[in-house]
Amino acid sequence: MTRLGLRNCKALERGASVTDDALEGDTLVAPLNEALLKRAYELMYFTRLLDSALVTWQRQGLIPAYPPMIGQEAAQVGSALALDRDRDFVFPTYRELGVAVAWGVDLSGYLANHSGHWHGGRWNAAESRFAPIQAVVGGGVTHAVGWALGRRLDGASAVAIAYLGDGASSEGDVHEAMNFAAVLRAPVVFFVQNNRWSLSVPLERQVAGGSVAARAAGYGIPGVVVDGDDLLAVYQATSDAAAHARSTGGPIIVEAMTYRRGPHATSDDTGRYRTIDDELSAGEDPLDRLLATLHEAGIADDAWLAEVAQNAEVRVEELRLSTAGTEPIHGAEMFDLVFAESTPQLQRQQAHWREESDHV
Amino acid sequence: MSDATVTQRTEDDALALQPIELSMQGALNLALRDALASDDRVLVFGEDVGVLGGVFRVTDGLQADFGADRVFDTPLAEAGIIGLGIGLAMAGWRPVAEIQFDGFVFPAYDQLVSQAARIRTRTRGAFDMPLTVRVPSFGGIRAPELHGESLETYFMHVPGLKVVTPSTPHDAYHLLRASIASPDPVIFMEPKSRYWNRGVVDRSRPDAIGARLVRPGKHVTLICWGSMVARCEQVAELAAEDGIEVEVLDLRWLTPLDEDAIARSVEHTRRAVIVHEAPLTAGPGAEIAALISSRCFRSLKAPVERVTGFDVPTPAGDLEDEFIPNIDRIMFGLQRVLEFRA
Repeated sequence: MTRLGLRNCKALERGASVTDDALEGDTLVAPLNEALLKRAYELMYFTRLLDSALVTWQRQGLIPAYPPMIGQEAAQVGSALALDRDRDFVFPTYRELGVAVAWGVDLSGYLANHSGHWHGGRWNAAESRFAPIQAVVGGGVTHAVGWALGRRLDGASAVAIAYLGDGASSEGDVHEAMNFAAVLRAPVVFFVQNNRWSLSVPLERQVAGGSVAARAAGYGIPGVVVDGDDLLAVYQATSDAAAHARSTGGPIIVEAMTYRRGPHATSDDTGRYRTIDDELSAGEDPLDRLLATLHEAGIADDAWLAEVAQNAEVRVEELRLSTAGTEPIHGAEMFDLVFAESTPQLQRQQAHWREESDHV
Repeated sequence: MSDATVTQRTEDDALALQPIELSMQGALNLALRDALASDDRVLVFGEDVGVLGGVFRVTDGLQADFGADRVFDTPLAEAGIIGLGIGLAMAGWRPVAEIQFDGFVFPAYDQLVSQAARIRTRTRGAFDMPLTVRVPSFGGIRAPELHGESLETYFMHVPGLKVVTPSTPHDAYHLLRASIASPDPVIFMEPKSRYWNRGVVDRSRPDAIGARLVRPGKHVTLICWGSMVARCEQVAELAAEDGIEVEVLDLRWLTPLDEDAIARSVEHTRRAVIVHEAPLTAGPGAEIAALISSRCFRSLKAPVERVTGFDVPTPAGDLEDEFIPNIDRIMFGLQRVLEFRA
């Protein structure tokens, strides 16, 4: 029997992304309730506003660079909400603002990475259960496998979610991670945001066959394709995937089909490699789609929407002020965190630095 | 627990701490065994380390005694092995990974350099990274290509990695225990040409800090590590026949370097020859020579000499003895510094 839960994403129905026969031993979680739907919208709205603001701040010279995630809000917020912040662990890429927002990561600490304050960010990664921002494409995916295996050996029913993209799927590390997780039985949700672009290279020139989840068959694990711009579908698929990983102790691939609507980063020029027509193929905006769902369900009135917008604007402005007001980091901190205890070499270099450079 | 059991255990403990003669392979096996027994967070994994016990049998019997959850084979992928270790460490384990041969470190190099070495800095200390990476290293056994490389240079240059290599069974035991106990990632280079040489291991006498003065002398210091230490001792013996008293210093830790031990010795002998298997250019010898010129400039009677592998790809067995510093080449190195006149 094939255990491949692969489907054509266009054929997906909302909230029913994983076939029962695709997964064994899982317990399907309840669909999103009204409160959670509204929470998801708030998070997506705020993420969109902050993501756009970060591009603006880069243009204004407040931060040096930023990789926008516009268009991936449903994939990121939906997947993050499906995991358990008290026991699971997130291994992000550098384009995971929506995951950080939904996970509740200290955002001024998160922005410390993009503002050039500290590589990786400045929140407590251990306490937040959210690994530092990973600059190497695919670089943290094997870490998720190790963490998940470690927790399984402890008898904990904890799941690691490893974020990666279609570009990362070309990396050897990603193959190694998926194979290790399957062979060693590590409860990992490999959450692939297939946003169709790896910087300037389109999916067709990145992933032979067009689907990362299809590879799951080769690893003997389930793979699921989901409409990544459909918050409900993403949430349901990721919830099911996490339940599968939790109950079986093994991994699963969820591939969320989406579109990178912005540039790779603020230094990028999409006009050199894609057309407006191509960008229009992204389809309907994930925020608009969720809003339509809320309206259909009759659970979003104008007053609430205005409140959502107002709260988001206030928070973004607070973050702008905290980012603009951050004191430059003191040079001594370069030396203090290399090893648990400093070495004579580092102490001497630090002494030289203090004498020769620490004038301010 | 009955009194008889307690008595028996006390006797066993006392017996266990008796000095014991072992090969370096046996000493490493014992160190892993003791680490696994004394800390239930220690895990041992890599290619063929389980049922087989490793290609050099360093992990022999460990899976049988500690179970397949704590000592296990991984798929054959070095980046995966190191990445797995990083994640295990983040989950609170104390991973001891084996990379089967030196030359296979390169597929894992990104995980070591870009990841393991930086996790502490990247997370501002939220995570320790107590990852030990055992790498059978150096040449001397007529091995196939990329099975006899000396890669300490590549690791010494990476901020955040510690690098250590033993030259005796006693050091092998204590340095490996210290590496496993370390909260930082350690590259533990095992000199495979010395695996089967025997020596006394005294577990009651921990000795894992800094360099080790192997042999005192007053005319010149031979600075070496790993597989080259025994050869430098031979050279010192031969030189003694000519009345030359050679001091032999085994650095053991290449990161952090025991600069004080180096400076102390060279201040005393006023001449130094650095011996390593790794290629010459930008190798460890360059760093150590710069250190000596900075710390001992006024005392030096001759420029620091380096006797090393050449800047060529490590050759096959037929040429190994030409490539690895041999006794003649080290003797010539000594002669150059001893006969130098400004």
